[in-house]
Amino acid sequence: MASDTAAGATRPAPAAPKSRKSVTGTRRTVAALFLLPALVLLGALVVYPIGYSVVRSFYDQSGDGFAGFDNYQSLFTDDGIRTALKNNVLWVVFAPTVATALGLVFAVLTERVRWGTAFKLVVFMPMAISMLAAGIIFRLVYDQDPDKGVANAVWVGVHDTFAQSSAFPKAHPGRESPLEPAGGGAFVTKGTVSAGDTVTLPLVGVAPDLMPDGAKRAVAPKPDGDRINGTTWQDFTRGKGVGTLNQVDAAELGYAGMRVEAVKDGEVVETATAGDDGSFSLSAEADGARLRLPASNFQEPYNGLDWLGPSLVTPAIIGSYIWMWAGFAMVLIAAGLAGMPRELLEAARVDGANEWQVFRRITVPLLAPVLAVVTVTLMINVLKVFDLVFIIAPGSSQDDANVLALELYRKGFSEDQPGVASAIAVFLLLLVIPVMWFNVRRLRREVRR
Amino acid sequence: MSATKAGAAPAGAGRSLGSRLSEWVSGGLVRVFLIVVGLFWLVPTVGLLLASLRTPQDMAADGWWTVFTEPSQLTFGAYETLLENDDITGSLLNTVYITVPATVLVVVIGSLAGYAFAWMEFPGRDWWFLAVVGLLVVPVQVALIPIAELFGKLGVFGSLTGVVLFHVGFGLPFAVFLLRNFFAEIPRELLEAARLDGAGELRLFVRVVMPLAGPAIAALGIFQFLWVWNDMLVALIFTDSGSQPITVALQTQVRQFGNNIDVLAPGAFISMVVPLVVFFAFQRQFVSGVMAGAVK
Repeated sequence: MASDTAAGATRPAPAAPKSRKSVTGTRRTVAALFLLPALVLLGALVVYPIGYSVVRSFYDQSGDGFAGFDNYQSLFTDDGIRTALKNNVLWVVFAPTVATALGLVFAVLTERVRWGTAFKLVVFMPMAISMLAAGIIFRLVYDQDPDKGVANAVWVGVHDTFAQSSAFPKAHPGRESPLEPAGGGAFVTKGTVSAGDTVTLPLVGVAPDLMPDGAKRAVAPKPDGDRINGTTWQDFTRGKGVGTLNQVDAAELGYAGMRVEAVKDGEVVETATAGDDGSFSLSAEADGARLRLPASNFQEPYNGLDWLGPSLVTPAIIGSYIWMWAGFAMVLIAAGLAGMPRELLEAARVDGANEWQVFRRITVPLLAPVLAVVTVTLMINVLKVFDLVFIIAPGSSQDDANVLALELYRKGFSEDQPGVASAIAVFLLLLVIPVMWFNVRRLRREVRR
Repeated sequence: MSATKAGAAPAGAGRSLGSRLSEWVSGGLVRVFLIVVGLFWLVPTVGLLLASLRTPQDMAADGWWTVFTEPSQLTFGAYETLLENDDITGSLLNTVYITVPATVLVVVIGSLAGYAFAWMEFPGRDWWFLAVVGLLVVPVQVALIPIAELFGKLGVFGSLTGVVLFHVGFGLPFAVFLLRNFFAEIPRELLEAARLDGAGELRLFVRVVMPLAGPAIAALGIFQFLWVWNDMLVALIFTDSGSQPITVALQTQVRQFGNNIDVLAPGAFISMVVPLVVFFAFQRQFVSGVMAGAVK
């Protein structure tokens, strides 16, 4: 189907020269009438603005005084524009290449499964929606709160699987406590323990709703032979003067899951984890050690990455762009793949090449022209990226996510600096001129027949 | 999207058990990989869809994935509220008022010019065409400031007319390029036959050329339709509160993202319905439009 409509655009016309002289012997006035609407609109809306922007870029803010190259100079001195330039480089380098690479991988792999078409549809679908909608979609994905944004929900889930989660943020020793801060957020007993002792490790300060779900009433430790038994618990009973300091009172909950380390000469000799009632038990090995509650017990719960914060915002938005445009690369590359001589691939396989070698030595080189077209197209597209940055970057980090197209909008329409904005426009235009020239050259050969 | 035949090598006779086994394993890996990637691509959209079907209170409490365990949370409440909001329905209508004329005009004007470039004779014909092709990659940003000023002088700044004109202007290079190339492929004999029957230039164009151009016009029309429907930047500058399309209306809400997800999520979906229907109904035409437009 594609070849029906896009024939002239995607492949060179048939070699046989054929005349396209008018069959009617058109009068020029008729030709002019056919062309007039298009040429007038193009002239007024596309060509004239180019000229206007070039001229305007040499005038100052008000447009009255000639400013020479001042506006262009600010491309390199203005902080906003410099950030934008830097980010545009990131965009142009990473977005098109990653999208094209993914498109290539998807196009090749979907050929090997029966539901390849369904997969392509899913990946291509974002092309049909607006950048605004995609922006809203990803604003939610990247939400900082792991209870809202799926990116952080997954990230925190993975993190907590591999790292011990902490359950007691803000817990700390109360008055006359046997514990003292050990630096780095850990707490350690003031004295050492000996075999057969019982130990109490009371802390305060955990909000009732933040106590572990399984926590039960704390039980005072009982001696048990050589073992060192202890209890760690929330030494606080609501109400004035109800609980007794440093003693396990009836309504007080154990610190279920608190990690306890026995430290001798700076080395951890044994560890234990408190049960639901806050009790823990160490062997006689720990004789003479001080007991430490390591800092990992007291860290704030891990909240994931600040995707839209200053340092990650640009990569995050580039990610959303790739989500939108990898499908475009995939479809174009799949079309190129469909036109590839299958015999060549089969011949290589018969000769004993494995799939990777076929891909690397035959598929990719044969697809090189398509890959180049896709990458260049995406590069032009990326230069103009505006909506995604405008929507996804929150106000607080929009300066860090700045790109040229956004800066042009700001300078031109909110900072009233049309001169500088015009200079940015001309700069963008200069960047696409090589592609313009390439298009025209490619077509010139086709047109002359 | 053309279904490509499964290209996996047939597990032919004479292959060793080992190679068949490794093929089976790698085939499994490919499937798993594609399923994971497919989920990756679906989850963001599904997430917003489910978010749009929950109450703001539920959204504030926990993530959209909660609905998998508590399906009773699903409600169309946010959509109902939104569709009673005159700003939103008005801006949806504006989107239609902008998109339809901008698409029709581009097709009509582009066809006229494309036909002239393909089949009429006038001095410098090919140079004019190449000049139009050169305009394909001009970024819209270049025109924002000059056109804002021009529209101000003409008194169309902030009106639907202005936005439509802008979209027509920037849609034309691609339209002329695509249609001229399509028209150029029409067999000369067809045109000559019609000419011998006494058809004039206009009649030839309307009765012979245009009916043949269906596929190209469909591809162009769908491409331009989606382009304009989805535009935010141009409308952001050239419309005012009375003429703004849905994209701009929603954009103004994004600043307080956390607080009005109940407007943004359903709003985004309402704005997506038409493009998605068009996309699924006309996939093939859309793809060929995209392919031909690989330079835009």
